[in-house]
Amino acid sequence: MSAEAAVFWVFAALTVASAAVVVLARSLIYNAFALLFTFLGVAGLYVLLGADFLAATQLLIYVGGILVLLLFGVMLTHKIYDLDLRTEKTQLLPGLMVAAGLFVILAATAVRTEWQTTPRPPAPTTYTIGRLFLGEFLLPFEAASVLLLVALMGAAMIVRRK
Amino acid sequence: MIGLHHYLIVSAALLSLGILGLLTRRNAVNVLMGIELILNSANVNLVAFSRYGAGNLGGQVFAVFVIVVAAAEVAVALAIVLTLYRLRRTPNLDEADILRG
Repeated sequence: MSAEAAVFWVFAALTVASAAVVVLARSLIYNAFALLFTFLGVAGLYVLLGADFLAATQLLIYVGGILVLLLFGVMLTHKIYDLDLRTEKTQLLPGLMVAAGLFVILAATAVRTEWQTTPRPPAPTTYTIGRLFLGEFLLPFEAASVLLLVALMGAAMIVRRK
Repeated sequence: MIGLHHYLIVSAALLSLGILGLLTRRNAVNVLMGIELILNSANVNLVAFSRYGAGNLGGQVFAVFVIVVAAAEVAVALAIVLTLYRLRRTPNLDEADILRG
């Protein structure tokens, strides 16, 4: 087994196992901290795929931003002395059937298809991504910045006390 | 040798777990975590296809846009959850039935 395969299996196992904890553990705090390891595992997969810029973005935005925001959500919607923070699950059996069926279909498709792959040697991506953002994808880039502004203003408006 | 389908299977597992969380949790913050898992699985797919397919880095650029949308989504959704909690004193989605006639 090559080093690449070993690293892949470590990150894949970390990602999937912690995602299972996110979904199945009862305590909200455990869910949130398992989500941290899922994001880290996905960032590791990005590094393996040669996407260095995206791995750094994943760490900065997901771990530094979204996860902290979710923890705020956990803390603000529960009383601070409500220590166990348990949440119950509903419809466990139908949900399991849907999720398992979907996974089987997708995995079978991924394995059986003859993918026409042309692997490239890994190269630094930041320069190219920057050129694409300010060239070919300039309009979506500007639209995304407007979207972020509108979303932040909307979020502030929604939670404002009258 | 790690190929494209390995990443696709990891991404399918993330997607299935996210949908499971979306369907079975009552707490709104847990449902948001499920949505984050789903968006991450889509991103893994985009980056994997961008790595193994021909063409430029468009897949990675698209993944950055997905991250932007995820950040906007979680900010607005948490604002709604906080407002709901202030109104009904519950973070559970199935108790938010104010609009039901």
